[in-house]
Amino acid sequence: MAGFYLFAAAVLLLPWLGIDPYFITVVGVAAGLHIILAVGLNLLMGYAGQISLGHAAFFAIGAYASAILTTRYAWPGLLALAAGLVLAGSIAWLLARPILRLHGHYLAMATLGFGVIAHVIMVQASGWTGGPDGLGGIPPLNLFGWVVDSDTRWYAVMAAATLLALWLSLNIIDSRIGRALRAVRGSEFAAQIMGIDTARAKTQVFVVSALFAAFAGSLFAHQQSFVSPDSFNLAISVELVTMVVIGGMASTFGAAFGAIALTLLREGLVVFEDYEMLIHGALLMVVMIILPQGLFVGIGQGLRRVLALVLSRQP
Amino acid sequence: MRSDYLPASRAGTPARLKLRDRLAIWRTALLAMLLGLVVTWAGAAEPIRIGAFLAVTGPASFLGDPELKTLQMGIAEINAQGGVIGRPLELIHYDTGGNAREAVNFVKRLIRKDNVDLIIGGTTSGDSLAVIPEVEKAGMPFISLAAAVEIIEPVKPWVFKVAPTDRMAAARILADLRQRNLTRLALISGDGGFDKSGREQLLALAPQYGITLVADEFYGNKDTDMSAQLAKIRATDAQAILNFGFGQAPAIVTRNIKQLGITLPLYHSHGVASRTFIELAGDAAEGARLPAAALVVAEQLPDGDPQKPVLLAYQQRYQAAHGPVSTFGGHGYDSLRMAVAAITRAGSTDKAKVREQIEKTQGLIGTAGIFNLSPADHLGLGTEAFRLVEIRGGNWHIVN
Repeated sequence: MAGFYLFAAAVLLLPWLGIDPYFITVVGVAAGLHIILAVGLNLLMGYAGQISLGHAAFFAIGAYASAILTTRYAWPGLLALAAGLVLAGSIAWLLARPILRLHGHYLAMATLGFGVIAHVIMVQASGWTGGPDGLGGIPPLNLFGWVVDSDTRWYAVMAAATLLALWLSLNIIDSRIGRALRAVRGSEFAAQIMGIDTARAKTQVFVVSALFAAFAGSLFAHQQSFVSPDSFNLAISVELVTMVVIGGMASTFGAAFGAIALTLLREGLVVFEDYEMLIHGALLMVVMIILPQGLFVGIGQGLRRVLALVLSRQP
Repeated sequence: MRSDYLPASRAGTPARLKLRDRLAIWRTALLAMLLGLVVTWAGAAEPIRIGAFLAVTGPASFLGDPELKTLQMGIAEINAQGGVIGRPLELIHYDTGGNAREAVNFVKRLIRKDNVDLIIGGTTSGDSLAVIPEVEKAGMPFISLAAAVEIIEPVKPWVFKVAPTDRMAAARILADLRQRNLTRLALISGDGGFDKSGREQLLALAPQYGITLVADEFYGNKDTDMSAQLAKIRATDAQAILNFGFGQAPAIVTRNIKQLGITLPLYHSHGVASRTFIELAGDAAEGARLPAAALVVAEQLPDGDPQKPVLLAYQQRYQAAHGPVSTFGGHGYDSLRMAVAAITRAGSTDKAKVREQIEKTQGLIGTAGIFNLSPADHLGLGTEAFRLVEIRGGNWHIVN
């Protein structure tokens, strides 16, 4: 938990360091959103070893639930958020058993299909979702009378939400379920022999992961006050997977680090205009070749090795 | 002799003193020059920052690319003539790739980081609609280049647009159908935002023109064959076919119609008003009608048309630099002129004043038509925005 307190301190101190407010309120909020998504996906990918290429769909369910319920039915934001969580959780629960029976490429294909189907529904069900042009006019989030309508307030909310996600993730991993998940990742058969209900463990983590994404989706809808299918396409799902992989699988802070790194990278590369995607791709390739275990985990291991070397040299 | 005038203590070292004085003079002069530079830079030459977010790459790049080239060309011309209210213009541009999420991120960046004075952009309706909450919250004058009528209806104080709406296009087509006494229409449209919005406008307006829809078919914008949908249309008693779409799909529809031997009059939307469409559809496009901006048929306009000189001037300059013009580049041209005229009238870049002056735009002759804005109408185009054209001999011809 030391890492958690360190991270919390960094989040609290960030606004007072005199950095350009743009990087705090816009980039920082975007990074927070990505951290929630990546940490949630990391539970499924990193710890349980199950890939999901359709995670943007759960992100979308949360976002559209909040968007539709608050604009068309005038639900309060928090209630809509809860409804989004229930909906995403239920769908994940229903999908988990059939989908998570699959392994490797087949699981990737199935989750990919789920993401694409969700995207098609967003585009086609225009009566509900507003179609390809999206849905606007989403009111700001109202937290028991405290209206989140300014950049600074959003930073506060996103910081709290991010810390909550990290705290939950760290606790889940340290629990019995977390140990069961790691066993599943190591070997499903071995885990079964140890007496772990693997199907149940996988279902649980899939649902939890979907809840993280839906939670981020609701916040996203209120923060942008506009949602459209563009925000939840395949590219976003792939980007989330990249965040987890780049940061380092099976490490909560690795996923968070990957989310921050990719958010900052995109921001930094904007100045290259036409070459942005080229540099983006090249950097990812280089990282994967040099540090296949991920930036955060890889650098951590490297530092430890250097430290061990230095200590062993001493007489 | 000189030493009499100097204090005794300094009299002994005249040479060193002189050097020190000379240095001081130089230093003061340098400082003054720097100060002058800073003053002129801060006062007179502080550029007016125009922010732009366009879909220069991606599926809508054929819209965004001429828009960006036009903005760059227009700004270079204005700067060569001394800028606006004595200040040069500076363009800060980001490419959204036609993705609404990117559009929102870039608009936040333009507002918060680049501190722009005005924003032009939103190549696609999706991009434009997505950024409206951001610009409204920030109080940033925004001129959209996209088509959807929802952008300005209901009116939002800070949002304006220069491209004619899909409703106007639908109305123009329906009026021509009625004139030709074709009352049973078969509609075929794609799954893009442009298609869907156009279809909705058409469904809403058709009854007013006494036209009934006998078919309402869809295709995916990436489909490579629409024969199945067209075969269904052939089985109805339709008197005309309307394809509301843009990109490559309408060209495929047009070719399929010819392959199926359907001879019904064919209408398209303004989404295909580009040379590429005629090239892609080939012979099959002969006789097809569509509403198009005056820019497409600039040379054929009668000499008395007030838009003609504006259109020809833009066409000539754009062609000299980049090749054939498109109506989308024209939107870029109109938006820049609207912005510059408003800033000139406002005499400053104060956002509230500029917004007010954009709203007061009257009689601005642009490529899309003549703009007369009001607090109730943030587009302000009349019916002249769309001319009905027919494709004959591989070229556009105005239908009277």
